[in-house]
Amino acid sequence: MKLDLDRGLTEEAFDLAGRIARPVVEFAKGHTTVAIERTVVRLFGVDGVDDLGVPLPNVVVDALGPRLGEGVALPLAQLCVDTGRSPQQVAESIAAGEGEVSESRHSAEAWELAARLAVEGDARIAERRAERDELVARYGDPPTPWLYVIVATGNIHEDARQAQAAARAGADVIAVIRSTAQSLLDYVPYGETTEGFGGTYATQANFRLVRAALDEVVEELGRYVRLTNYASGLCMPEIAACGALERLDMMLNDSMYGILFRDINPQRTFCDQYVSRMINGRAGIVINTGEDNYLTTAPGHEAGHTVVASNFVNRALALEAGIPECQIGLGHAFEIDPDRPGQLMEEWAIALLIRQLFPGCPLKYMPPTKHVTGDIFRTQSLGTLFNLIGVATGQHIQLLSILTEAVHTPFLSDRMLAIQDARRVFDSARPLRDSLQAVPGGPLEQRAGVVLRDTVELLRQVAGVGMFAAIEQGWFADTPRRADGGRGLEGVAERDPGYHNPFLELWEPQLRRWAAA
Amino acid sequence: MTVVVPYGDTAGDAMVQLSFTLPVPPDARAREVGMQFLRNNGFLEPQVVHVAAADRDMTFYVAYAKAPMGVDPEEVTETEVEAPRLTFAEINALIERELGRPLVVLGAAIESDAHTVGIDAIMNMKGFAGDYGLERYPWIDAVNLGAQVPCERLVREAQERRADAILVSQVVTQKQVHARQLTKLVDLLEAEGLRQRYILVAGGPRLSNTFAKELGYDAGFGPGSTPSTVAAWIAQELVKRIRTEG
Repeated sequence: MKLDLDRGLTEEAFDLAGRIARPVVEFAKGHTTVAIERTVVRLFGVDGVDDLGVPLPNVVVDALGPRLGEGVALPLAQLCVDTGRSPQQVAESIAAGEGEVSESRHSAEAWELAARLAVEGDARIAERRAERDELVARYGDPPTPWLYVIVATGNIHEDARQAQAAARAGADVIAVIRSTAQSLLDYVPYGETTEGFGGTYATQANFRLVRAALDEVVEELGRYVRLTNYASGLCMPEIAACGALERLDMMLNDSMYGILFRDINPQRTFCDQYVSRMINGRAGIVINTGEDNYLTTAPGHEAGHTVVASNFVNRALALEAGIPECQIGLGHAFEIDPDRPGQLMEEWAIALLIRQLFPGCPLKYMPPTKHVTGDIFRTQSLGTLFNLIGVATGQHIQLLSILTEAVHTPFLSDRMLAIQDARRVFDSARPLRDSLQAVPGGPLEQRAGVVLRDTVELLRQVAGVGMFAAIEQGWFADTPRRADGGRGLEGVAERDPGYHNPFLELWEPQLRRWAAA
Repeated sequence: MTVVVPYGDTAGDAMVQLSFTLPVPPDARAREVGMQFLRNNGFLEPQVVHVAAADRDMTFYVAYAKAPMGVDPEEVTETEVEAPRLTFAEINALIERELGRPLVVLGAAIESDAHTVGIDAIMNMKGFAGDYGLERYPWIDAVNLGAQVPCERLVREAQERRADAILVSQVVTQKQVHARQLTKLVDLLEAEGLRQRYILVAGGPRLSNTFAKELGYDAGFGPGSTPSTVAAWIAQELVKRIRTEG
């Protein structure tokens, strides 16, 4: 099923998105953040917490104090050279109040060590990526749409158990929901956790535990099952690093979500998203963008173009950070008002439009949540419609609708019912995609045309004033955010002329090649 | 006293529909295990109509049975907020006439709750289900503080903005955390001697008016509540208080 779209408009949209993204990336290249530097420390092999439970990467970066703009790599490497200790040992001694961050002059040995530690860190990520490649090659990929379900018990051991159950029931992708307040933590919690609100924390140990649980089932089922978490909030690059080291397969990793929906400072987010996406690109992790959120605050029939405009911008920023299209899971959502006549047709039009605009991207399609009530029977039937549109328009990753959405976190059986419904609809309706044609110039094509025109209009406006000003105006999600407002600005520093980050040295020259893969 | 029982397809048949999961293997005994479970819980004449594996050692059931007990509606007090329904125009007119100044409503999702869906549905211009949000009322000064607002900040803002009503949304439902957080706000207001100054309203999918009152709120709005129901109740409650205070 193909729409007859105005090629002039689609080409203009891609061009505008590139023009919007580039200044944002230039800004990121002139700055660093505490989260980016903590990521360097982590990838140098530092892990653990001090006596007060503060993660060692925080301890080390905090010790830099006002010298954040120089980067942590050389001072840390210098301490290793001076003391003959490993980064981990140095971090522990700083935590014990023994080590002090050296002055700004660094020896040739420190430069060499930093470069070598970066190569080693990169190799650990590459190793996990190769592992995944091998497993996918062995077991193959499931047909699309992939069945994506969430687990959210708040206890990682229970999550692991439910993840296994969901995989056995037929899920292709499992997302472990993290605690709702984690976006706002300026550190990554440590260890295996058994509490949280609406989910438990994203920690490296939790990633490892669920990955191991799923790997058991992978072998049992002879089918690769993907694992997802959230690289968003104040610790985007650190969580991306943890995920890369523990072979997560997908990450929620939107360029603007934290700004708009969690009031995180825009400068902080744009720097952090750049480096987090670079890591995801390197790790072969598919990012998921969060455009579904635009529709929870505004009606779908009014806000469709903001979703598509954000898709263009998210894609352009991801490409700039070295993520190839096959790893850019652009998001959108089936947020129809079921009581509004014609809504299913309008949603079909947008789903098809997005599919056609980004043929190389594994689109992530989100289920109805906004118009869902405690009437679980109604939710179940809405979910079936959502599944039908998902398969008929060729969506790639389908976050399954759960009949008890808006009631409680999913029961084991709720997830099973969702998987069964999706399978039934997908298997029976898959041929529809190649069997139907929109009536030329008919309502569906007209609707897609209007959304595309509105999208290009919004992108023109954004390109005219720049991303920071557009966000300040509240053009995305009706939520104005000032460039100097929100949380986390104190963790941003302009890079000094002597700023050094050996990972960026290693990766930045390769980004274009990665993105073209 | 008129006791009523569920109506399936015949008056008095007492039929209920159930679904549940038991941690037992979905083997040959599974159906009878489900039936016995229902009998043990007092259900009569259970019929298990669907048995499916939910995992290796988990079985999902759909069942019908007769409920053993009825209910007398007369013995039950209402759980929903009772106030005459008013339209957008009537609410504005009431505030203008009785108060003579805009009614100040402060809204927030508190503490760990990151979900703005509930508070936005009531506060935002667009409203919910075709019913305009409080921000659109010319005689309501609606301030939406958004999500994850600490109780301390909410109380401070209420004082600074001279709020008439505080509207708290709690969507997160895990492990009763919503109740603890709602109680925290009441405790804080009482500790500061401010509790009586505000009309305190809670809303969320797990809330009933009865439950909200038990927690120390003036009213609670459960799932499906529209902005105009909330606005109508707050306006009428405030008018009532002004009149009784003379």
